[in-house]
Amino acid sequence: MNAAARTHASAALYRRPWLRAALLLSAPSGWFVLIYLGALFLLFLSALWSVDAFSGKVVHSWTLANFETLIKVPAYRTIALRTIGIAAAVTVTDILLAVPFAFFAARIAPKRLQAALFVAVLIPLWSSYLVRVFAWRLILAKDGILNWFLGNIGLGSLNIGYSNWAMWIVFSYIWLPFMILPVWAAIERVPDSFLEASADLGAHGWRSFRLVLLPLILPGIVAGSIFTFSLTLGDFITPTLVGGAGSTFIGNVVYQEVGISNNVPFAAAFATVPLVVMGIYLLIARRLGAFEAL
Amino acid sequence: MIGTGRWSRVAFAVWAGLIILFLFFPIVIIMLYAFNPSNVQSWPLSGLSTRWFSSTWNNTEVRQALSLSLRAGLLATGIAMVIGTMAAFAVDRFRFFGRQAVSLVLILPIALPGIITGMALNSFISFNNLTFSLLTIVIGHATFCIVVVYNNVLARLRRTQSSLIEASMDLGADGWQTFRFVTLPMIATALVAGGLLAFALSFDEIVVTTFTAGAQNTLPIWIFAHIRNGQQLPQVNVVVLFVILVSLIPVALAQRLTRDTGALRSGARAPAAGAAPPAGPARAAGAGAIS
Amino acid sequence: MRFAKIDWALAGVLAAMAIGVTACGSSSSTSSSSVPTSIGSGEGQLNLVAWEGYAQPEWVKPFEASTGCQVHAKYAGSSDEMVTLMRQGGGSTYDMVSASGDASLRLISGGNVAAMNVALVPEWKNFIPQLQSPSHNTVNGVHYGISLQWGPNVLLYNSSKVKPAPTSWESIYNPKYKGAVTVPANPIQIADAALYLSKTQPSLGITDPYELTESQLNAAVALLKQQRPLVKKYWTAAADEVELFKNGDAVIGAAWPLQTNNLQAAKVAVNELIPTQGATGWADTWMLSAHAKHPNCAYKWVNWVSTPKVQAEQAISFGETPANTKACPFMEQIKQGSCVKYHANAPSAYFESIKFWKTPVKDCGNGKTDCTDYSVWQKKWTEITA
Repeated sequence: MNAAARTHASAALYRRPWLRAALLLSAPSGWFVLIYLGALFLLFLSALWSVDAFSGKVVHSWTLANFETLIKVPAYRTIALRTIGIAAAVTVTDILLAVPFAFFAARIAPKRLQAALFVAVLIPLWSSYLVRVFAWRLILAKDGILNWFLGNIGLGSLNIGYSNWAMWIVFSYIWLPFMILPVWAAIERVPDSFLEASADLGAHGWRSFRLVLLPLILPGIVAGSIFTFSLTLGDFITPTLVGGAGSTFIGNVVYQEVGISNNVPFAAAFATVPLVVMGIYLLIARRLGAFEAL
Repeated sequence: MIGTGRWSRVAFAVWAGLIILFLFFPIVIIMLYAFNPSNVQSWPLSGLSTRWFSSTWNNTEVRQALSLSLRAGLLATGIAMVIGTMAAFAVDRFRFFGRQAVSLVLILPIALPGIITGMALNSFISFNNLTFSLLTIVIGHATFCIVVVYNNVLARLRRTQSSLIEASMDLGADGWQTFRFVTLPMIATALVAGGLLAFALSFDEIVVTTFTAGAQNTLPIWIFAHIRNGQQLPQVNVVVLFVILVSLIPVALAQRLTRDTGALRSGARAPAAGAAPPAGPARAAGAGAIS
Repeated sequence: MRFAKIDWALAGVLAAMAIGVTACGSSSSTSSSSVPTSIGSGEGQLNLVAWEGYAQPEWVKPFEASTGCQVHAKYAGSSDEMVTLMRQGGGSTYDMVSASGDASLRLISGGNVAAMNVALVPEWKNFIPQLQSPSHNTVNGVHYGISLQWGPNVLLYNSSKVKPAPTSWESIYNPKYKGAVTVPANPIQIADAALYLSKTQPSLGITDPYELTESQLNAAVALLKQQRPLVKKYWTAAADEVELFKNGDAVIGAAWPLQTNNLQAAKVAVNELIPTQGATGWADTWMLSAHAKHPNCAYKWVNWVSTPKVQAEQAISFGETPANTKACPFMEQIKQGSCVKYHANAPSAYFESIKFWKTPVKDCGNGKTDCTDYSVWQKKWTEITA
């Protein structure tokens, strides 16, 4: 393209910002609308279809049978409640673990230590998820390091290798950095003066924490909880690797239905559950100001 | 005041120390297992040895999985860098209908649970009778990598002054020259940082990849299959050590590059904009785009 | 959340797309019905969906060396998974599948597998007559695959922890081993419960464990629900079960002979048996995908694994019985006594005693049309294992 034509085109584009915007948006919106959103829409539409059992072909006639099955068969309710329950337990655990740590890091640790702590929290965050779950599988195995340690101090052995307890521990471990970061940021933003004033007015320690600090960092806590809750809700890898007989999650059923039973409509129907749950959670979180704290 | 008393400072410090131990303990253990001389995974290890390293490297399946992961990562990152930058420019420079919606839509692939994104893409691929191959893996990865690049470039654009662009044009440069000589250098490090994070994300991803891969394995899929297969566990340990190291390097580089934006200090957006988390989608990166 | 105008516009576009999509419907793929008359040169690659242990380096490496077809095996843990994998992406991802009797007919009726020419597989003539044209892979005289091997689902137990040695399937339903039982994560496991009930509760009238009326199915499901608290983990891959026994998490369970072989090789004290009530089992067929990309390599593979030597190697490695009657001497060469152990020398009576996997259908023949079909089994299984 010679210089004159280039200048011409450049000037034309400069005078027509809408054209520049349109060109810039063409690729991203094309990609997302055609590939991603289209696929997503079709997927949830297919929740209203069904599959012929023998040939595996999707029958394109509208039916609410999938949702009926979800509601009527107690097994799916059990699985959904278990998933949500463990997600909640993991969230609470992570809050309890993260808040004191974040308080130390934000207010007590000297500057250099702060930077080191930050990096120390980021490293597990970025180490492969699969690797860390595998590590716990080895640690919690019958002949793993946990039982070796307990045996050495005379406490016998625990049989938690494939169980909901194992999943609770692993999930709490994996998502902990996600909770630490927003809470840390939230505590950092609380001015010293607030806590000093609270002390001046006679509140100490726990009271000051409960009445002053906690309400101020609540948005940060909720922000972190979005991650821990949502990530647990959709997971199937951890239940497969460290879960036992009663550890089926929504994600496992979805994976099963797609990868093994080839019943995508039913999987899509079941997948609306975490979607709806997260939708409600996000609405509440927004109310509590979590989005500003992210 | 909380945390000023001597004892409470010590208590908090001990707690923080325990948390750090908790965070690193499994990682150190699994790295140790790579040096396990026996093929039994029980603890304690009977010694340290590198005997499995050569057989792992010689394992063609491992090398093929590694090659596939690298190719998918590079391609997906490339696509994400182009599309993410375009979206970032559009959102930063212009006011248009649905500007808010763009941010929301871009983070959907990682804000929604991986199984949903994976399922959706799987149905899309099956429906269009595409073969599950490198192409489909790249489509999947690029879709959620776009937002990582987008966030980084957008954060940088917000810090750059538009007056520089105008000055460049006043001095006679046309649109392309301005882009090449003024804009691009300004966003270069953010772009590269975003690309590095996107690559790390893609290299480690397993959930969406499970739904979009065909007969071939990426490295995480190989690891997952062989953890359960149980016949080549020593090699799995070695591969896993390798994966940890490889995931950390791009992130470390990315942090260096975005140091000027305060990414190292725990600013609210910094971990969000800079650090995109693995496997479970990059919620933080996504979250940075929500508000 | 405020819905900007763009959001409504977007929704409209997507709705239009959805309507367009449903109007078009899904494209139907026609499989070629012509059967090749000769095997051409290899395409250099072969993608298989196989049971664990069916593509061991022992016989894969020589095959790759002599034909140049690089083998990629994807291991599947259940027939359901195999069917899904073969249907994935238009059916061209994988070339062959080692389908058991409960997958083969589904694949045939779904148009996912192609007819095969048995004349191109000379060893087929040496197969036991029951496996030359069995109803699970031959429909209306058309062969949709070449039989491979067959075997039972056995009761596996840790001989140092389970004393006295069990003789009945009752042991895996016994609270004595609570928290240490493992059974396959597979809906077809309902048939095992039905088989057990057919001998212990004859009043239910179960004659064929795959042909269950609703009340018979409910009885089997009730038994399995009783078993649920005893189960440590439902194994999806054979290796899962091996690991459970290795680290002592399970001491008794349902298994394939493969697990026994692997555990004994790892010096774990296990033993297997076929209990008094009999056993379910599987007869596997190598089937060719209707859209296979490497059909020549596929035919070469089928020829290779049908030869007596490879049949012997696989039979001993996995612990199953070869279809090829000429495999016996080779088996004796590799391991003395294996011919007798795996019933390779006197297959007929043993063959008849195993209830091979087959897909439960509504219309189960002999005038019975009220049998429960497989989709019901799948739903019940989810209920049991939730």
